[in-house]
Amino acid sequence: MITSFNDLLPLLPLLIVTATSVLVMLMIGIRRSYITTGFITITGLLAATLVAVSMMDWTNQQLTPLLIIDQYSLLFTVVVCASSMVLAILSFPYFFELDDEREEYFLLLTIATIGAIVMVSSNHFVSTVLGLETLSMSLYGMIAYPLHSAKSAKFPLEASFKYLVLSAAASAFILFGMALIYAQTGTLSFASVSKLPAAGLGDAYTIVALLMVVSGMAFKLSLAPFHMWTPDVYEGAPLPATAYLATVGKAAMFVVLLRFISISDALSFDSMVTVLTLIAAASMLVGNLLALLQDNLKRILAYSSIAHMGYLLLALVASHYVTGTIAVEAITFYLIAYVIMSLGAFGVASVISSSEKEFDSIKEYRGLFWRNPLLATAFIAMLLSLAGIPLTVGFIGKFYIFLSAVEAGLWMLLGVLVLGSGIGLYYYLRIIYRMFMPEKHVQPYRISGVEGVSSYAVLAILLFLLLLFGVYPAPIMSIVATASAFI
Amino acid sequence: MILIVLISILFLGGVLAWLSEGLDSKFPRVVALTAVVIDLLVMMALVGADPDGSAWIVQLNAQWIPRFGISFHLAADGLSVLMMVLTAFLGIIAVASAWDEITERTGFFYFNLLWTLAGVIGVFTALDLFLFFFFWEIMLIPMYFIIAIWGHENKNYAAMKFFIFTQVSGMLMLISILVLAYFHYVQFGWFSFDYFDLLKVNTSGALGMWAMLGFFVAFSTKLPSFPFHSWLPDAHSQAPTAGSVILAGVLLKTGAYGLIRFAVPLFPEASMQFAPFAMTLAVISILYCAKVAFAQTDIKRLIAYTSISHMGFVMLGIYAWNEQALQGAVMTMLAHGLSAAALFMLAGGLQHRIHTRDMDHMGGFWAKVPRLSFVALFFSIAALGMPGLGNFVGEFLVLLGAFQASIAFTVAAAFGLIFASVYSLWVIQKIFHGAYRNSNFDDTHLSDLSRREMFYFGAMMIGLIWMGMYPQSFLDMSSATLTNLLNETGQLIFAQGSEL
Repeated sequence: MITSFNDLLPLLPLLIVTATSVLVMLMIGIRRSYITTGFITITGLLAATLVAVSMMDWTNQQLTPLLIIDQYSLLFTVVVCASSMVLAILSFPYFFELDDEREEYFLLLTIATIGAIVMVSSNHFVSTVLGLETLSMSLYGMIAYPLHSAKSAKFPLEASFKYLVLSAAASAFILFGMALIYAQTGTLSFASVSKLPAAGLGDAYTIVALLMVVSGMAFKLSLAPFHMWTPDVYEGAPLPATAYLATVGKAAMFVVLLRFISISDALSFDSMVTVLTLIAAASMLVGNLLALLQDNLKRILAYSSIAHMGYLLLALVASHYVTGTIAVEAITFYLIAYVIMSLGAFGVASVISSSEKEFDSIKEYRGLFWRNPLLATAFIAMLLSLAGIPLTVGFIGKFYIFLSAVEAGLWMLLGVLVLGSGIGLYYYLRIIYRMFMPEKHVQPYRISGVEGVSSYAVLAILLFLLLLFGVYPAPIMSIVATASAFI
Repeated sequence: MILIVLISILFLGGVLAWLSEGLDSKFPRVVALTAVVIDLLVMMALVGADPDGSAWIVQLNAQWIPRFGISFHLAADGLSVLMMVLTAFLGIIAVASAWDEITERTGFFYFNLLWTLAGVIGVFTALDLFLFFFFWEIMLIPMYFIIAIWGHENKNYAAMKFFIFTQVSGMLMLISILVLAYFHYVQFGWFSFDYFDLLKVNTSGALGMWAMLGFFVAFSTKLPSFPFHSWLPDAHSQAPTAGSVILAGVLLKTGAYGLIRFAVPLFPEASMQFAPFAMTLAVISILYCAKVAFAQTDIKRLIAYTSISHMGFVMLGIYAWNEQALQGAVMTMLAHGLSAAALFMLAGGLQHRIHTRDMDHMGGFWAKVPRLSFVALFFSIAALGMPGLGNFVGEFLVLLGAFQASIAFTVAAAFGLIFASVYSLWVIQKIFHGAYRNSNFDDTHLSDLSRREMFYFGAMMIGLIWMGMYPQSFLDMSSATLTNLLNETGQLIFAQGSEL
C-alpha cells in the first residue's frame, strides 16, 4: 500500500515523465511553440534518466502488486528514457518543416514512454496491459503523424492502420491468455501461472494459456511467423517513429516477456521450449533471408530486427538450461546493444531526412563515405555492430549469446545462428559497399540548420558508446550482471 | 610493452596517414612507409633477444574483462617474431607497390593497409583466445575495404565472398573458443580464455573433436585449403597489388600460424585422430590446385591457385607434427610469403602497364622488358622449389618430416613439386618467350622495371637466397617454440595414427 510520500519515491522516473507530458499538453494549450515543447520533452526525459540512474543502487521494492521497482526495471527505465530522449532530439529537426501542427508529436512520445516505463517495471498482467496499451495507442498516433501533411514522404495512414489492427489482435491474444489463467487461479500476477497445473485442468490448459500470451507478445516483438506487419509499418512510418517502435517498443516488450517467462517458469513445459525454439530458429532464418531481397533501408532494418529478436529468444531458451544468470545477462546486454545500434542506424538515416523527403533507399547512400565521412563512419560502425563484428558492442552481445547457448548446449540453434549471421553479413555489406561507391548521380541530402546540430551530437555519443562497450565492456558488464540477479 | 608499441605504431600511423591526406594526397604514403619502417626497426630488438628457456621472449598480461577471465595477454616467441618480421617486411613492400598504383583516396587506403597489418601483428602475438579472435576479425574489415574500394572490375563480389567466407568460419571458431572456455569452467570452476590455462583443459571426447573442427575450419579457410579455398582466387584477382601482397604474404600465414599455435596444441588427441583427414585435404590441395592453376589464363588467378597448392605443403607439415615437418612448414610460410608476394607484384605491375591479366594476350615479353622477365623467372623458379632458394628448404623439410608420419601422403605430395615446375615454366614460356605477341592491349606503357621496383624485388631476392643458402638463422629462431609445442602435446607422433 502507498501510505506516505516516501512510498512514491521509487516511482520518481515515472512521475517525472508523466509530469512532462502534462506540462507539454498545457504548453500546447497556452501557446504553441515547437521549440519550447521540444525543449520541455528533452529536459524531462533527461531528468527521468538521471534520476533513474541515481536510484539504481538503493531501490528494490514491490510497489503495490502491480509494479516492481528493482535494479533491473531501473536499468531498463534508464534505457527507455534515454532512448526516448535521443529520439526526441532526432525527431526535432525531422518534423521541423512539417506543414501541420507539430507539437503534439512530443506529447505522444512522452505518453508512449510512460507506457514503456510501466512495462519494464511490471510483473503483473494488469500493469503489463496498461503499459502495453499506453505505448501502442501513442504509437498509432506517432506512426500516422504526418497524415495531414500535403508533402508527406510516406504512407503513414496505411502503416498506422496495419499496426492498429494487428496490434489489437495481438493484445486480444494476450488478454485471452490472461483470462484463461485468471479463470483458474483468481489472480493476475505472473507468479500465479505456476499454480495453474495444480488448479485442476491440467497441463494442456496451462500450455494453451501460455501460448496465447506468448504468441501475443511475439506479435509485438515481430518474431516469425508473427512478423508480417513489420516491414510495411517500418517503411510507412516517419523515421523517428519507426525508430521508437524498433527500439523502445521492442526492448520494453522483451523485458516483459523475460519476466513473464522466468517468473511463471513457463519453460518447465517441454512443449513451450519446443515452440520457443522453433520461433527463434524461424525468426533468425526468415529475418535474414528476407532482408536479402530488400532495397529499402527501413525494410532491411525491419527484417534484421526480426532476426535480432530471434537471437534474443535463443538466449531466452538458453536461460532454462543454464545455472546462474548468464542467459539473462546475455539478453540484457544484447537488448542494450540492440537499442544503441538501432538508434544509431535509424539516427543516421534520420539526420539526412525530413518529413518531406526520406532517404530510405540504399541507392541514396551511394558515396556517402566520400560526401560525409563522419556520418558514414558512424553508419558503418552501426551496421558492423548489427552484423556482430568486433570493436563494437554488437560483437560483445553476440559473444554473450554464443556463450549462453554453448553453456545450454543448444547446438542446433547455434548452427542456425551462425547461418543466419552469415547471411546477414551480405545485406549489411551491401549497404556499406554503396557508401564507398563513387559519388555520381546523387541527390543532395538535406542540410539541416542549427536545429540539427544536437542530432549530430547524439550520433557522436551513440558511436562513442558503441565503441566503448565494444572495446572495454567490463564496467557495463558488471552493471548488467548485478541487475540480472534480480530476475 | 614493446608489443603494444608495435601494434599502436601501426594503428596510429594509419590514423595519421588518413589525416595527412588533407594536406597533400602524397603524404599518406610517406607516413605509412615511415610507420612500417619504424615498426620493423623496433621489432629488431626482439630478433636478437635470448629466450630464457621458456621460449617466450616478451610477455604482457593485463586484466581486460574479468567477468569472463579475459585478459589482454600479448606475448612473442621465436615463431611470432619470425612472422612479425615477415609482416613488417611485406608491409614495406606493400606500401612500395602501392606507391604509384593507388592515386585515389590515398589517405583511407594507407589507413586500411596499416590497420590490416596491425591486426595481423595482434594475431601473431595474442595469447588470450578472445583477444586473438578480436584481432582475427579486425584484420578482415580493412582488407575488405581495400578489395571493395580499390579493386578491379568485379570487386564487390570478390570482397563480399572474402568477407563472408572468413567471417562465417570465424564464427565457428568463436563457438569452439567458447566451448573450450566452458570446458575450463566445468573442469576448473572459473572462466578463462588464456592460452596457458586452456592448454591444461582435457579436451578428449566427441565435443573436443567438434571444437577442434571449429578451429580447423576457420584456419583452413584462411590458409586456404581445399575445400574452403574458392574465395582466394577471386579475392586475389580483384584486389589491388598491395592488397594481394598482404593477402598472399601475410594473411594466409595467420591460418597456418593458428593451426600450429592453437588448433593442434589445444586439442592434441582430436588432432591426432584428425591428422589423416587433414593430410588428405593437404594432398588434395597440393595436387588439385596445381592442376587447376595450369588451366588458368588470368595470371593472378593462376598465382592464387599455386598459393593454395603451396599452402598444402604447410598443412601437410603441420599435421605430420614433428620437428622437421614443422620447421619445414614455417620455412615454407616465410619463403612463400616472399615469392608469392613478388609474383603478385609482377602480375600487378604487368596489369598496371598493359591493363590486362589475360595470358592469352601476352607473349615474348623478354625482348621488351628484360629486367621484369628476369625477375619473373627468378621468382617462378623459387616458387617451383629450386634448391638454393627458400622454398626448396621449406618443402624439402616438410616432405622429410611427413615421410616419417606417412609414406603414402608424402609420395603423393611430392608430385606437387613436379606439377609446380610444369606450370611455372609454362607461364614463363607463354608470357616471356617466343615471338612478341600483342593481340588486344595498348602496350605504349609497357616499360621495364624502374629503379625503385628493382630495389624491392632485389630485397626479396636477397631474402629468398638467404633462406635457401643459410636457413639455419631462421630455423634457430623457431626451434625453441616448436620443441616446446612438441613437448606440450606429449610428442604425439602421428605416424601411429596415420599409416594408411
